[in-house]
Amino acid sequence: MTVTSVPITTRKDWSTDQEVRWCPGCGDYSILAAVQMLLPDLGVRRENTVFVSGIGCASRFPYYMNTYGLHTIHGRAPAIATGLATSRPDLDVWVICGDGDALSIGGNHLIHALRRNVNVNILMFNNQIYGLTKGQYSPTSEQGKITKSTPFGSLDHPFNPVSLAIGAEATFVARTHDMDRAHMQETFRRAHEHRGASFVEVYQNCNVFNDGIFSTITGKENRASMLIPLVDGEQIRFGADREFGVIQRSDGHLEVAEVASVGEDKVLIHNSKAENAGLAFALSHLSSGVTMPTPIGVFRDVQREEYGDQMNQQLEEAQAKRGTGDLAKLFRTLPSWEIQ
Amino acid sequence: MSVESTTEKIDRVVVRFAGDSGDGMQLTGDRFTSISAALGNDLATFPDYPAEIRAPAGTLAGVSAFQVHISDHEISTHGDAPNVLVAMNPAGLRANISIMEPGTMIIVNSDAFEERDLAKAGYSVNPLHDGSLSAYSVFEVPMTSITTEVCKEAGVKPRDAERSKNFFALGLVSWLFIRPTEPTLTWIAERFASKPQVAEANTRAFRAGYDFGETAELFHQRYEVTAAPFKSGEYINITGNTATAWGLIAASQLSKLPLFLGSYPITPASDILHELSKRKEFGVRTFQAEDEIAGIGSAIGAAFGGSLAVTTTSGPGMDLKAEAIGLAVSMELPLIIIDVQRAGPSTGLPTKVEQADLLSSLYGRHGESPVPVIAPKTPAECFDAAIEAARIAVTYRTPVIVLTDAYLANGTEPWRVPAVEDLPDITVEFATQPNGTTAEGEPTFYPYMRDETTLARPWAVPGTPGLEHRLGGLEKADGKGTVSYDGENHEVMTQLRAEKVANIVSSLGEASVDDVTGDATVAVLGWGSTYGAINAGVQRIRAAGQKAAQIHVELLNPLPEGLGEILKRYDTVLVPELNQGQLVKLVREKYLIDAKGIHKMRGVPFQAAEIEAFILESLGENS
Ligand code: SF4
Repeated sequence: MTVTSVPITTRKDWSTDQEVRWCPGCGDYSILAAVQMLLPDLGVRRENTVFVSGIGCASRFPYYMNTYGLHTIHGRAPAIATGLATSRPDLDVWVICGDGDALSIGGNHLIHALRRNVNVNILMFNNQIYGLTKGQYSPTSEQGKITKSTPFGSLDHPFNPVSLAIGAEATFVARTHDMDRAHMQETFRRAHEHRGASFVEVYQNCNVFNDGIFSTITGKENRASMLIPLVDGEQIRFGADREFGVIQRSDGHLEVAEVASVGEDKVLIHNSKAENAGLAFALSHLSSGVTMPTPIGVFRDVQREEYGDQMNQQLEEAQAKRGTGDLAKLFRTLPSWEIQ
Repeated sequence: MSVESTTEKIDRVVVRFAGDSGDGMQLTGDRFTSISAALGNDLATFPDYPAEIRAPAGTLAGVSAFQVHISDHEISTHGDAPNVLVAMNPAGLRANISIMEPGTMIIVNSDAFEERDLAKAGYSVNPLHDGSLSAYSVFEVPMTSITTEVCKEAGVKPRDAERSKNFFALGLVSWLFIRPTEPTLTWIAERFASKPQVAEANTRAFRAGYDFGETAELFHQRYEVTAAPFKSGEYINITGNTATAWGLIAASQLSKLPLFLGSYPITPASDILHELSKRKEFGVRTFQAEDEIAGIGSAIGAAFGGSLAVTTTSGPGMDLKAEAIGLAVSMELPLIIIDVQRAGPSTGLPTKVEQADLLSSLYGRHGESPVPVIAPKTPAECFDAAIEAARIAVTYRTPVIVLTDAYLANGTEPWRVPAVEDLPDITVEFATQPNGTTAEGEPTFYPYMRDETTLARPWAVPGTPGLEHRLGGLEKADGKGTVSYDGENHEVMTQLRAEKVANIVSSLGEASVDDVTGDATVAVLGWGSTYGAINAGVQRIRAAGQKAAQIHVELLNPLPEGLGEILKRYDTVLVPELNQGQLVKLVREKYLIDAKGIHKMRGVPFQAAEIEAFILESLGENS
């Protein structure tokens, strides 16, 4: 067998001629650009790449990717992608979803795809609102949110998507945001490298129904003081002069402290490969909203056997043991009798 | 000393084993069936078990029964009423006495008729003593005590020995109907090889039952049912669910596509999942999904990837899958949906048969969403139905619904094992080349360009360079397949989807009528598992010198070509269905005929006598 090299491509090769239909200024544009510019660098082929989505603004994404694609039904993309990825382990399957799609109507499929560790890269664009249906609160909206469907304020306590994914036994969990292409691309690249289910929460601005919701943390002027970069092997520090750090209290809880007052050696060193998910979960809960310094980057990146690989291994083992299936033999697994 | 018993030759017999769920009645019935099959009898079975996993022992809710009909000629049902009822306890007797006709035989385990047992079954007086069974030949046999007695000698504790009493019953009935003991003894030895004590107890119980018939001077007559004239060949006794699973495996081999099953456990469909998950050497991928929607969702994903994709379920699951079926209609992907119908609405009667999902299969989705529907008529024919469903799905790129039911799923009949080389070739070709040119003159792939004859769109699977395309639930432009919000285009696409399904050509799509003399005035039209009862009812009419025609539809969408012309030949068209009238609604509307529905919603199949009575009534009206 000869190894054929992957043809050199550019963003244009990965883009379709479909007119992009998001509102002007929507954060989805920058995510699309980040992905289209990243794929030529990943050493993958267009024909082996599939984007699967559900319903919502984010879910228009596959139409703009010149790859194979499925724009399916609300919430079901992880289930549909599971069937595709397990039956075609040779493919690179991406799931694109929004917060309503993945966490509300499709919450069940998301958690099961994560715990099974199906080889899909799930990018969840979180804008904390329902965009396509024109502005109702979503499962990630802050409690008390005033929207068309909640004129007196929403009552629901929101999900923290990263905590949810870690709780669902995900092997790769990360967070990035639409204002930083380099960070998005680095995060997506790692998600792609990970064999198994990868979950990436992308903070995404919906400039029509929830404008600026993340600007307190992702705005250029706020990033240094409000985003806590998670970098493997490095101390978890932030601030203009890296003056703040994340420490673990004696009761086990994590908190932000001034490094000068607690001492350098108290600051936690990030390790996304830690077998135990406890610290990753605690990190995901360090912030309970956009008014608090929020960790960003890869929370968790561990190895566990991939679902489709295991499924295929069972097939191979059965074939090795019993030989490839023979219908004539199958029909005789029940007691038969002969009529002359 | 024993009295010589005489032997009477009979052409058929219906035996019903009934007892508590824990009494092993399904196993007993199954064994009796197997021995009879090996003797060459034609047969049909009907396992009738409770929905509760553990109903209180000895109560009516916990009664489990197995009915088997064996004969020396071709039969099509499990028999209306049993000739012999074996009741292991009072509840088994009470639950079944209403279907027993006077003069028939009842064999009871008399040890189980203590006051407490009677109370649990709701008897205030012992029916064995109050004369209420005087119309029947009742045989009281102390099955439990004899079984414990013979097992004691082998050192088996009474509590354990008691569990073998079903083998006593099997032995007794085997003697009564002159069945050889050898196959059962071999089977016990093999099945319980790892539990020698149990094997010993069962063997002793079985022999004791057989010997009891021989020596107890209770039975003076034995009965013999000889072999039926089968076409020569190799036969196995198969349930509808196994036949469905094997049909799917065969379809995968014949189409050279890997089989993918996405399914969520549900009664009475789970056995298809169980069977397929055993067959990994055929490359069968079974995925037990988190819910019904993921079951079909994963199958849609696999279909896009080039698998022969299947989802299996029963009524409630169909409701949940409706939206995804619509997606498969819109994306025009091959998909097989097996609905093992059960009585509804909602949870309904989960283990009982009904044929009430026909209209929902046709119309139970929003928008206009045409789907071909196939309904096999006997357990063994589920095999062919699965292959034909696969052929239609891959040829026309469409989801196909197969409607079996709880009766077909668990019922059995002898199946003549086909030669693999006689099975149809259903190979399908994926698209490999661009099929259009862009405005700039570049070769490109348009996923909704159709085949002129079948109207099928090309099936291009990921991994094929140059054919990258996007499918979705949004309306697509005719041909190009890009998103289109254009009303005129939507009308064209709606018509194309309908036309594609309406013009499906299938071997099941040729209407035919069974009208031996050609001049019957009454025709009985059926679909699905009512075939057997209708056929037996029509045979009875003919045996009595009268005339009736039978028409059976296996392709329900599109309805067979020429069906209307055939139906119009008859003064009366009767449509028996286990529902309140679904096919009858369709044929009345489509052919403008005054067809009459016959309905039954009791969770059990029609009886031949019921069909016969309806035909007689119509014949009376027509004369
Ligand atoms: S509604 Fe919001 S999320 Fe949707 S396209 Fe417009 S800006 Fe983007």
